[in-house]
Amino acid sequence: MERRSFLKMSAAMGCAATVAGCNSSSSDVEVVPPAPLPPITEEKLNWSACLVNCGSNCPVKVFSRDGVITRIESQFTTDDEYGNHDVRACLRGRALRKRVYAPERLKYPMKRVGPRGSGQFERISWDEALNIVAERLQGIIDQYGNEAIYNMLGTGTFGHFKNQEMVQRLMNAMGGNLGWYGVYSYAQLFEASTYTFGNPYVGLQGSSVAEMQNSDLVLFVGFNPSEIRMSGSGMSYDFLHHKQKTNFKSIIIDPRYTDTALGKEDQWVPIRPGTDAALFEALAFEWITQGKVDQAFLDKYCVGYDEKTMPEGVGYEESYKSYILDNATVGDLTPGVNAKTPAWAAGITGIPEHTIIELAREIAAAKAPFIQLGLGLNRQAAGENNMRAGYMLSILLGKIGLPGTSNGGQCKGGFFVAPKSPVGPNPITKQISMFTYVQAVEDGKNMSVLKDGVRGVELDENGDGKLGTDIKAIVNWFSNSMVNQHSDVNRTREVLKDESKCEFILVVDNVMTTSATFADIILPDTTWLEDEELVNQNNAGGDTATLIQMSSGIEPLFESRHNYEICTEIAKKMGVEQEFTQGKTQQQWLDEMYAGAKAANPGLPDKEVMLKQGIYRKYLPHGSHIALKDFRDDPETNRLYTPSGKLEIYSSRLAHKARTWELREGDVISALPKYTPTWDGYEDSETQEKYPLQLTCYHTKGRVHSSYHNIPWLREVVQDAVWMNPLDAQARNLKTGDLVHVFNDRGTLEVEVKVTPRIMIGVTALGQGAWSKFEDGIDKGGNINTITSQRPTPLSKGNPQHTNLVEIRKA
Amino acid sequence: MSNNVQYGFYVDSSKCTGCKTCQVACKDRKDLPVGINWRRVYEYGGGLWTENADGTVNQNVFAYYSSIGCNHCSEPACVKACPTGAMHKRKQDGLVHVASELCIGCESCARACPYDAPQIDRARKVMTKCDGCYERLAEGKNPTCVESCPMRAIDFGTMDELKEKYPDAVKPNFAPLPSSSITSPNLLMKPNRHARASGSIDGVVLNHSEV
Repeated sequence: MERRSFLKMSAAMGCAATVAGCNSSSSDVEVVPPAPLPPITEEKLNWSACLVNCGSNCPVKVFSRDGVITRIESQFTTDDEYGNHDVRACLRGRALRKRVYAPERLKYPMKRVGPRGSGQFERISWDEALNIVAERLQGIIDQYGNEAIYNMLGTGTFGHFKNQEMVQRLMNAMGGNLGWYGVYSYAQLFEASTYTFGNPYVGLQGSSVAEMQNSDLVLFVGFNPSEIRMSGSGMSYDFLHHKQKTNFKSIIIDPRYTDTALGKEDQWVPIRPGTDAALFEALAFEWITQGKVDQAFLDKYCVGYDEKTMPEGVGYEESYKSYILDNATVGDLTPGVNAKTPAWAAGITGIPEHTIIELAREIAAAKAPFIQLGLGLNRQAAGENNMRAGYMLSILLGKIGLPGTSNGGQCKGGFFVAPKSPVGPNPITKQISMFTYVQAVEDGKNMSVLKDGVRGVELDENGDGKLGTDIKAIVNWFSNSMVNQHSDVNRTREVLKDESKCEFILVVDNVMTTSATFADIILPDTTWLEDEELVNQNNAGGDTATLIQMSSGIEPLFESRHNYEICTEIAKKMGVEQEFTQGKTQQQWLDEMYAGAKAANPGLPDKEVMLKQGIYRKYLPHGSHIALKDFRDDPETNRLYTPSGKLEIYSSRLAHKARTWELREGDVISALPKYTPTWDGYEDSETQEKYPLQLTCYHTKGRVHSSYHNIPWLREVVQDAVWMNPLDAQARNLKTGDLVHVFNDRGTLEVEVKVTPRIMIGVTALGQGAWSKFEDGIDKGGNINTITSQRPTPLSKGNPQHTNLVEIRKA
Repeated sequence: MSNNVQYGFYVDSSKCTGCKTCQVACKDRKDLPVGINWRRVYEYGGGLWTENADGTVNQNVFAYYSSIGCNHCSEPACVKACPTGAMHKRKQDGLVHVASELCIGCESCARACPYDAPQIDRARKVMTKCDGCYERLAEGKNPTCVESCPMRAIDFGTMDELKEKYPDAVKPNFAPLPSSSITSPNLLMKPNRHARASGSIDGVVLNHSEV
């Protein structure tokens, strides 16, 4: 039958070949269909997850045949009704098969044979590798002490069992190590949140996305869920769902016309990076002068707004109201010459004065403004104050702790609690900001509390103290922060190349990252798809809480080993096996942790069921979260952890630090949140003479930080290119696709340019996370950190990786 | 055998965030190499900027995405252009397929299709394209792209089903797509708020390298 059809069609071929417009509608001939794929029922299904640091831990269904992964799927419900919907992985999760079988996989233990950083390695046995690791670490402990070992911040895997906590337990068993505080994502936010709300995590626990349904105005400043929280059942989908059903007004303020916009915005307001605080202050000016602030709220819940709530001994002239008005006379609203007027902010932010006035009017008129500040605001040179200035919006309007409002924090997602690998205490109390580790390799001994933010050291009568140690060994587990994701890659490389400074570097990973090329010893870890464990939704999975029982249908590839085995072997060689394993096998740990998860979540089925079912999920299991509701309802019982127990607009602790800390020229710590022009900012006219373009980074959909960079599918579908406004491109005679050099005094990277109206004039943007690849001093890998600075921010000593000035020209 | 069933896609451009999950899920399902994209997500945008004397700016920027596989057209230009008959429209479901054993890789179909649906496999010297995941249809499943979409912006079904399910859906006469009068695509769309009509010069495709 089919063969006859085939012939019939062949006979008709002449028609197709010679007669244009030959009938080709559905009455056309029948042909043999292509050979069908083998039936999928022969495949084996295991559930796994994508555990990169987007914060979403998406479940994936992994199909394999004969121990080889064949494809990834993510659908599991039948009706997909919102509230009981699929948790669908994004393009990265769908590319997991390529990540497992990537040519960049680390196959065997290796030792360095060329100069450090040359990428020359030689295969060695596991036993030899583990012996070297144990000997070198022990040698450094004996010579310099445990505090000379640094356990690099790493976010390459967010398992509950296999994670940084497991590594830290090993370090603790060995006697501890120099610790770090802060993270690349929100070091400055932590400080801003601590001094304003009394707790670093309030800034990460804004209201649930679901609260948007009760809001009439959603304001995103630099928040872009459709490019960073796009996965699973994530915030991007939650936001879209509510926006289309509820139709609150949405205003997006961002230098880029982001994928969160695209018609879901009622208004896009482009702004220059790092100038957000100037906009916020102009809004405050409008509200104060127009009588829109919630005076009763400010009087009752806050410290430092005006003369009524200043700390003892501090006058009105130090108050927020006085600062904004530039008028030290109580009750006098006449603006001084330095008042933070819309006209003043317009020239800085790029937003027309009338637009700022209109924004002020609209936000103040909203019954329940839902305000969310993106993390990009905190990764600026004055990131702490940029965030604090943003927190003022909800505070001034008294729109905090009420239905439909949010306080500027990151949306708190739905969550299930599940145990993680226990850590235990680190016997070494000394800590540095994670962003100052290169300095600690170079000259950690002289880093101090007041100058460098060192913590956990003995203090003198001035409250100062020195770190007193250099970093002599780095253990870099599932991390590309050592080189690629840290600022100023050129400087980092120079420092790490010197084997007399950092004497030993261990890298444990599953791909040859930029950081791994600087290892002395490399140990190959398995990927998630070769592992078994139970994970939850992590911190940004949207309003749906999940638990995912991962399992694997394939064996560990090559000679890779599970991290628990690696840590156990190292512990054994160093004589601390019992301390690390606590006498338990990997399976015993997993079973114990599953039991813990079941105790915390009684509805969780038995493991045997979950191994088949894969996912346990619930929409908003704890209801919709309203940020600071408890405090709003009863500020006496639910005092904040600030010294005053209230929202601190004026922080006496910061006033003290402003007086005592040793800051670099131009850096500002202030008791009040204040817009601060910075180095490499829009107002740094001196640097702009050479480097006139602002360059901000963003999170590209094609990677999560540097994870997945090695997947060609993702490189293809999300172009790595520096975004440039057509007017700036015209001035440089550039067109989309041109290879360009992006450069400043710190380095030069090469990348394509994308000329697009979707970015502010004078501003350029590059997705972060590309792997550096240097040729003749030029980073042909296009890593933005080739031009970012290691100068830490004033308060958190965090990473200002979005504050950059560059010039761009044709390569 | 013929029951005049015609399958097609529905794309909601007001939901699409251009994440490309559909594009990658399709590549994973079909094991497609770089350079072959059975589904493509077109970024279309425009707008003008002006700079004011006080350092402020004005603009009227817009952008939106359109996720396009093969529209399994009722008047498929690819089929008309094919010199060997390899490119054909299936009677049973209206899907347009390539009989690869007949294909000579001349790319006439690719030149004819205004949607870039035919994607040449240069290694095998054979044309390839979206096959509507016909083997999944046989199992009662939707195509992989549909089930992958985190935004639920893509749907699939018989055109009758789709018209009933999405009564407000319209013909895809939106830039950068050509007028639907050329090939009668079996594609229904909900346009983006910013959508411009086919042939508009308000914007341009901004992501040629990705499609």
